Amino acid sequence: MMIAALAFYVFAAILIASAAMVVSARNPVHSVLFLILAFFNAAALFLLAGAEFLAMILVIVYVGAVAVLFLFVVMMLDINFSQLREGFQRYAPVGATIGVVLLAELAIVLGGWKFAPGAASLRFAPRAEGVHNTAQLGQLIYTHYILLFQASGLVLLVAMIGAIVLTLRDKTSSRHQVIAQQIGRMAGDTLEMMDVRSGAGVRELGIIRPKPAPEPEVAAHDDHGHHGGGH
Amino acid sequence: MGGAAMTWMSLNWTLALPEIVLSCCGMAILILGVVSRGNFFRLGCMLTVGAFLLTAMLVLSGANGVGYSGLFVTDAYSVFVKLLVLAAATLGVVMSLDYNEHENLRRFEFPVLMLFSTVGMMLMASATSLMTMYMGVELMSLSIYVLAAFARDELRSSEAGLKYFVLGSLASGLLLYGVSLIYGFTGSMDFALLAKALSDPASASPGLVVGIVFVLSGLALKVSAVPFHMWTPDVYEGAPTPVTAFMASAPKVAAMALLVRLMASPFGHLLAQWQQLIVLMSIASMLLGSLAAIGQRNFKRLMAYSSIGHMGYALIGLAAGTQAGVRGVLIYLVTYVFMNIGTFALIIAMRRRGRAVEGITDLAGLGRTDPAMALGLAVFMFSMAGIPPFSGFWGKYFIFTAAVQQGMWALAVIGVLTSVIGAFYYIRIIKVMYFDAPDEAFDVRPASLSFVAGVGGLFTTLFFLYPAPVVAAAEAAAKVLFG
Repeated sequence: MMIAALAFYVFAAILIASAAMVVSARNPVHSVLFLILAFFNAAALFLLAGAEFLAMILVIVYVGAVAVLFLFVVMMLDINFSQLREGFQRYAPVGATIGVVLLAELAIVLGGWKFAPGAASLRFAPRAEGVHNTAQLGQLIYTHYILLFQASGLVLLVAMIGAIVLTLRDKTSSRHQVIAQQIGRMAGDTLEMMDVRSGAGVRELGIIRPKPAPEPEVAAHDDHGHHGGGH
Repeated sequence: MGGAAMTWMSLNWTLALPEIVLSCCGMAILILGVVSRGNFFRLGCMLTVGAFLLTAMLVLSGANGVGYSGLFVTDAYSVFVKLLVLAAATLGVVMSLDYNEHENLRRFEFPVLMLFSTVGMMLMASATSLMTMYMGVELMSLSIYVLAAFARDELRSSEAGLKYFVLGSLASGLLLYGVSLIYGFTGSMDFALLAKALSDPASASPGLVVGIVFVLSGLALKVSAVPFHMWTPDVYEGAPTPVTAFMASAPKVAAMALLVRLMASPFGHLLAQWQQLIVLMSIASMLLGSLAAIGQRNFKRLMAYSSIGHMGYALIGLAAGTQAGVRGVLIYLVTYVFMNIGTFALIIAMRRRGRAVEGITDLAGLGRTDPAMALGLAVFMFSMAGIPPFSGFWGKYFIFTAAVQQGMWALAVIGVLTSVIGAFYYIRIIKVMYFDAPDEAFDVRPASLSFVAGVGGLFTTLFFLYPAPVVAAAEAAAKVLFG
């Protein structure tokens, strides 16, 4: 019990400290790295609370995907962050006021929170004892809501088809790979073995330039001209 | 509701077999299209039509019941809606065959997107949870955004796609916000549990009502009811015509059916809370649909306003809030789909020297240059105006009687009056076709368009001879929601 409480305070303290560093660090790359640290600590807090699935998802999705995306954006876009920070002093009072108002509103809402009388009985949640929450979530998503899960899959498929239909333009200049042609290529088609006398020049041997690549038969009925050589 | 103890078989997953099979067919067609050399568009369309027919058979032969732990239902109502959606989508794909060849849009993704959109609509028809509803709406809309912008090199089409996307996202936002409010104030997203929790109208808190209004707004944007109609004329005009035809039929059916199920089943006891809203939307849609269409010169724009008006009529049935009203809505949607698809097939056939024309004046003298096409258009226009014996009249008849039964005389009278105003612009087209000096003849009509227009025309003309199957099916479907 003691160790758990200690761990909680350590993780929570690091979480808050790194969150503060995210907004105050001068270098945006450092900000993103602190953000990753914050995510890891939040995941540890989830673990302590017994939500191991949420912890892993947080690491995989936020650290693995979102934070990396942030890093890419920060590194690839030329954003002048010191310029963005200009006027921080000037706007600080307004920002602080808005923050206080929001905090007060949150306090009022949470203070007056109460569930509708019938809500608890209508709510669906797997409450099986002795089942891990990962198993419970799996039960929910892949069994109870399998229909909706598959339907969301279809929605994403349609989105993908739509993006391709509306933007893909098949350029005649684009080079497509013809695997059969690559495999079917013989060394003799493009290579010529020469007997080279030592000391003789290229011109004397009659090799002015390399043998041109043979025109492959496959290319005749394929618009996307693909040259057999050079792999 | 022990989640952990639940096994795979207790999900009743075979209930969604039609959707599963259709999605698998869609993915197979997609892969075939990617690996095939040469042009796969025509074959892809044929395969899609085949997949639709197979799915329709599965829908017809499937069992009824609730599956996926209450997220999905198959009942007479969902079967009715799914069959109608599949019919509309099939005719929509057939219609695109020739148009896309002409307009250089022959890419195999086109039928695949229509197919996935249809999967979304089928989900909407079967939704018994706010989450399933949202996923269905999103799957349907996302495909249609792409389809609207399919002619990507054309400014109007890109504009239509972008406009629809932005406003559609707004609708999704409204929908989700409403869903979150409803969930927050009731504690459930399941239709059955919601109905139980709200069985006492007094238990409806203001927050819940606000949530319902948001959901209503989001869905109203999908059916383009006033005041959420602004996108319709521009998008209908700019999108490729087969896409417009598809957008004006199948998604309208699915969204309207979803709206009706949502209002009638979980929120059925709160009729007093949402009835005024539906009445207002209905009246505004009917008025705008009939008045704003008068000045239109472009046939596709005219059809946009016409569809707004038609949705207004369909909403009357919902406003009545009775089984007869819902039956009226379903019958109205059937008649609407067939006359709408038929009209659009003939709009696609308006082509002079290889170029598509869309102006109403381009129809001048069609009665002499192409009597068959003129006759078809005349049938559809008479039907849309609600002139007996065509199917459009019967749709309106069932709707108006349901309203009158509930004592909503004002609504019925406004409906009849706006029908009369609407008749003016429908009949003006007939006048242009038969009494104006002939223009140059249109190009030869491809067989696929004649087929679609023929199906629509035959249904519209002969509906009054044997309406019993449709009426009986609609009756059974409506009973599910009120039984």
